Amino acid sequence: MAEAVGAVAESLPGDRARAARTVLDQVVLPGEELLLPEQEDAEGPGGAGERPLRLNAGTRSRGRVVCGPGLRRCGDRLLVTKCGRLRHKEPGGGSGGGVYWVDSQQKRYVPVKGDHVIGIVTAKSGDIFKVDVGGSEPASLSYLAFEGATKRNRPNVQVGDLIYGQFVVANKDMEPEMVCIDSCGRASGMGVIGQDGLLFKVTLGLIRKLLAPDCEILQEVGKLYPLEIVFGMNGRIWVKAKTIQQTLILANILEACEHMTADQRKQIFSRLAES
Amino acid sequence: MKETPLSNCERRFLLRAIEEKKRLDGRQTYDYRNIKISFGTDYGCCIVELGKTRVLGQVSCELVSPKLNRATEGILFFNLELSQMAAPAFEPGRQSDLLVKLNRLLERCLRNSKCIDTESLCVVAGEKVWQIRVDLHLLNHDGNIIDAASIAAIVALCHFRRPDVSVQGEEVTLYTPEERDPVPLSIHHMPICVSFAFFQQGTYLLVDPNEREERVMDGLLVIAMNKHREICTIQSSGGIMLLKDQVLRCSKIAGVKVLEITELIQKALENDQKVRKEGGKFGFAESIASQRITAFKMEKAPIDTSDVEEKAEEIIAEAEPPSEVVSNPVLWTPGTAQIGEGIENSWGDLEESEKEEEDEDGTDEAIILDTIKMDTGVEVSNIGSQDAPIVLSDSEEEEMIILEPDKNPKKIRTQTISAKQEKAPSKKPVKKRKKKRAAN
Repeated sequence: MAEAVGAVAESLPGDRARAARTVLDQVVLPGEELLLPEQEDAEGPGGAGERPLRLNAGTRSRGRVVCGPGLRRCGDRLLVTKCGRLRHKEPGGGSGGGVYWVDSQQKRYVPVKGDHVIGIVTAKSGDIFKVDVGGSEPASLSYLAFEGATKRNRPNVQVGDLIYGQFVVANKDMEPEMVCIDSCGRASGMGVIGQDGLLFKVTLGLIRKLLAPDCEILQEVGKLYPLEIVFGMNGRIWVKAKTIQQTLILANILEACEHMTADQRKQIFSRLAES
Repeated sequence: MKETPLSNCERRFLLRAIEEKKRLDGRQTYDYRNIKISFGTDYGCCIVELGKTRVLGQVSCELVSPKLNRATEGILFFNLELSQMAAPAFEPGRQSDLLVKLNRLLERCLRNSKCIDTESLCVVAGEKVWQIRVDLHLLNHDGNIIDAASIAAIVALCHFRRPDVSVQGEEVTLYTPEERDPVPLSIHHMPICVSFAFFQQGTYLLVDPNEREERVMDGLLVIAMNKHREICTIQSSGGIMLLKDQVLRCSKIAGVKVLEITELIQKALENDQKVRKEGGKFGFAESIASQRITAFKMEKAPIDTSDVEEKAEEIIAEAEPPSEVVSNPVLWTPGTAQIGEGIENSWGDLEESEKEEEDEDGTDEAIILDTIKMDTGVEVSNIGSQDAPIVLSDSEEEEMIILEPDKNPKKIRTQTISAKQEKAPSKKPVKKRKKKRAAN
């Protein structure tokens, strides 16, 4: 079936598949097809799939290209499934062809395996907790999936508590499952989040922006007050500062950062730092 | 979808914040969120935004037979719908309790208060009356649906125009909007609901709760009042015990708030009326500011204005002195010249230069007040060589003249290329160039 889809894709008359390289950082729409760099040679001379023989075949190493969110493999091309800007990251270790993904904006979260999220415990039934993560179904969390938990030593989790964990199973066919330990059995920050503090919701794009390695917003926020902060990839942020006023200020700043330019943000921070 | 559950941590935080008199968005205890009213192109269609809560109201009318026991009164029909886009928890079958409660409250507020004169809706007693139908749709739920819905209902009713009807004996004529202008409904007063949320068994109260605050509240008190301080409806839900003075205090606050909101509504209606009368653009598309669909409303950030005065003085000090006016054309290149206002103006010099020009050509140099070197000899010779106007093409402007630039156009600002005979015709077609400075 994959071959049939691929054949149909190539024979469509109006099909103008563009090279992914030329479309970087531009807006792409769902349904567009993108060519990976290795396939551009095939499409160029000859067109009908003739691959010119290369004498120095070693220079173009065919690494593994990772297809990120918003893209899907369609035959031997990439099919865009979300509208947004196309991004590319060069491979760090030299192997592989890098990662392509589409930067899109949305508020509704879809569980993805490996994502760290903040969930709210809604029910305790037998051996598992039901945790609401903002998706279409509540995720299930076993009571043994905490650090140091055994059958005798159960974790102290009540209905309504906040949990920070990651998904081990998350696909469209099954109910998502999450755990609060990593593969070595250590908590590494996951588990029940403390009692005080404020939970609020932002868009998914803002979370990714804040979690980027060189995010200035977090550094500036950290200079204001001492604080604890947890980011969930499902759009939830938990903040705690010394006083309620400071916590409210932080929550409002982070929500507002979405729509502010860098200059406006600097003004706000400088005004806060004075007062 | 099920509603997102409220975590213990949020509940605790909100209650603690309310005890310290702090709200999530920085409002005071008695503050309303921003109310924005926009009208559609049809009469009777409006959208009211109370913060992020949005309600769409639409009024329509129809001629029907009256009710048997009320043969001379029109019929009013109110309907509030919670659209599925308002909140993930609103599903077609799931919203019954809240929906029934809101609809009942709205009906009591608008129907029982007799804000609309139903006798005026009668056309033929016992046979034909107007049925006015108000449909409200909740587009986004961020708390306090009832206030937004009541404002939307009354605004839509005030905005609505029904077709004109005339009765002559047995004959009833219904005019289309093209034949006769539609007629507004007769509205006695504008009842508006104000909601008070109570926390900690009635110890703390907040006006206009938003969605988070509604989740943690103990009870809700809704007072519907008009601007004449008449209470139309009062309802307390949640089972909390309220003291007499609490209720009286709330009614006083409601009186103040209703006055403000009524003024806002009047202003919005007047603005829309004015725009329609002047033939301007109206409707929902115009009320959305372009290019700012997703902008967040920012308070003004303070600007550091400490060194503004020094800058002003620097500017003045560095500015060049204004040059004299040149009433004769200044030639830059063939085909372009400049006269009069294009160069810096100097109002004071205008009269003197005009007077002196009337004397003779050669004394144009006297116009220049600054002491600047000039080659008067060369100028006179230039004047002499440019005597005949050059007619270039058979254009429509008969007196079009292309002037050749001078041999030495240095110090452009101060030089005057003068030719008395060229002054008159060249006023017409010469192109004006932008101001050029000698410095560049």
